[in-house]
Amino acid sequence: MEYIQGIAILIGINLIAVLGLSILTGFTGLFSFGHGGFMAIGAYISAIVTARLHLPFALAIVAGAASAGLVSIFIGRLTLKLKGDYFCIATMGFGEAVRVILNNIDYVGGARGWESLPQLTSIWVVLGLDIAAVIVAWNLINSRHGRNMVAVREEELAAQMAGIDVYGHKMIALVVSAAMAGIAGALMANYIQFIRPTMFNMAKSTDLTIMVIFGGLGSISGSIVGTFLLVSLPELFRNFAQWRLVIYGLAVVVIMVGRPKGVMGGFELTPSGVRRSMAARRARLALEAEARALEREGAA
Amino acid sequence: MSAVLELKGLTKRFGGLAAVNDVSFAVREGGISGLIGPNGAGKTTIFNLITGVYKVSGGTIEFRGLPVQNKEPFQIAGLGITRTFQNIRLFKELSVFDNVLTACHASAKYGLAEAILRLPRFRREEKALHEKAASLLEIMGLQDRVDVTANNLPYGLQRRLEITRALALDPKLLLLDEPAAGMNPDETEQLMRLIAEVRSRFELSVLVIEHHMDLIMGVCEHIHVLSFGCTLADGTPDEVANDPKVVEAYLGAEEAKK
Repeated sequence: MEYIQGIAILIGINLIAVLGLSILTGFTGLFSFGHGGFMAIGAYISAIVTARLHLPFALAIVAGAASAGLVSIFIGRLTLKLKGDYFCIATMGFGEAVRVILNNIDYVGGARGWESLPQLTSIWVVLGLDIAAVIVAWNLINSRHGRNMVAVREEELAAQMAGIDVYGHKMIALVVSAAMAGIAGALMANYIQFIRPTMFNMAKSTDLTIMVIFGGLGSISGSIVGTFLLVSLPELFRNFAQWRLVIYGLAVVVIMVGRPKGVMGGFELTPSGVRRSMAARRARLALEAEARALEREGAA
Repeated sequence: MSAVLELKGLTKRFGGLAAVNDVSFAVREGGISGLIGPNGAGKTTIFNLITGVYKVSGGTIEFRGLPVQNKEPFQIAGLGITRTFQNIRLFKELSVFDNVLTACHASAKYGLAEAILRLPRFRREEKALHEKAASLLEIMGLQDRVDVTANNLPYGLQRRLEITRALALDPKLLLLDEPAAGMNPDETEQLMRLIAEVRSRFELSVLVIEHHMDLIMGVCEHIHVLSFGCTLADGTPDEVANDPKVVEAYLGAEEAKK
């Protein structure tokens, strides 16, 4: 039972980071390979607040989110004017820089890591924050800000001509995603009670991005499904220890080949989401029927 | 007649090449003006300068008496200049409705916190946005296509949707970049009527780049002719059509003599 709860907490913690990244990557179209760095900032700040300053956990979570968000504003100013791939490379550099800097700060344990942090993350804290994260992400995406982000993803130049501040909306997406990664980091540090810079390396950043892509770009419900499957999959196959990463990799490859848009790319598993995709399908079929009718007329 | 847009000595250099060289002309308030010239004359470059996509190298652009050169593109759009593109740029994966809805956003003011907390102003303004998009789509005759993914629309309707999306910003000046490209004479005819109708219904001014001479001669009240980045002629359709320099630029010096 405790084991299952442990997995549930891990899923819940990752979910917050993945939902944030989903806003940035899935809806705004910016790929990041450095969100492990924002998680690290949240984790270390939270550890300092709880283990060194002995302040309440709630404050530690807020501090973790705020510091990750502030750092992301700075990073955003430097990198958000870069075009697609260059932004991606810059975030990769940022993630690695955070790790190397932490390696060299003895106050937080350096490369050896930092042990015996207080365990404050309970399943209820995680559950509550998950619900809040889903609501924030959902309400953001279904507002003018969220639709502007999607427009930026679809066609940047046209978005500008439609009066959308492209840079400003990329910044909102980046800050929200970084703050959510910071929260996830804070929860992580006070759950496993041990943090070390390598836990937040590029592999961790890539993991998060894979969960977003696997679940489907531009879908909140897809990100939830992606996180559930990809966090629990390696655990399910724990008995075949050396094979589990192979199976994990295989599952990702199969999805990417079979459903290149991810499990639920661009589709939401909600009543309104289902209605929308059915309406779009009907409309497409009607158009095709019209085109065929016109063709017959032309031939006759 | 006052000018809604006035270019004075507008110049754009890419390295040593002057793509636009000392061009001056005005778009009359409420008028339909044409911008023509052979390929590479700098027509689209001028659109990109007006809309802030490119930075100006010299000269000024005044929109309703205010200088707008070197502002950010989204600020210029906010002031009331919108455009369509030579190669249509829709939000491809979005529905027809969402394409227009997104462009309506300028008329909503609610902030991020109001959206996340779903406060009353969010609800009120969202409702107004949806109504505005729906009525605009109805006016433009796209009301039966609202659910179609923009990418799946036939070509002519994509053009129409792009114009609808531009109108959603309540522009004072609409820039159309080769709106009739790839259209047959029937569709071009329809488009001409649409442009004239949009102009009077939405009380705006239009500047159109076009190669279809029927369209230009049919709807424009004023035409500016460019060649290699420089002004070649400026006047009414009749004046321009009979200008020997214009005939030469289009047909070549040899042909023009015949």
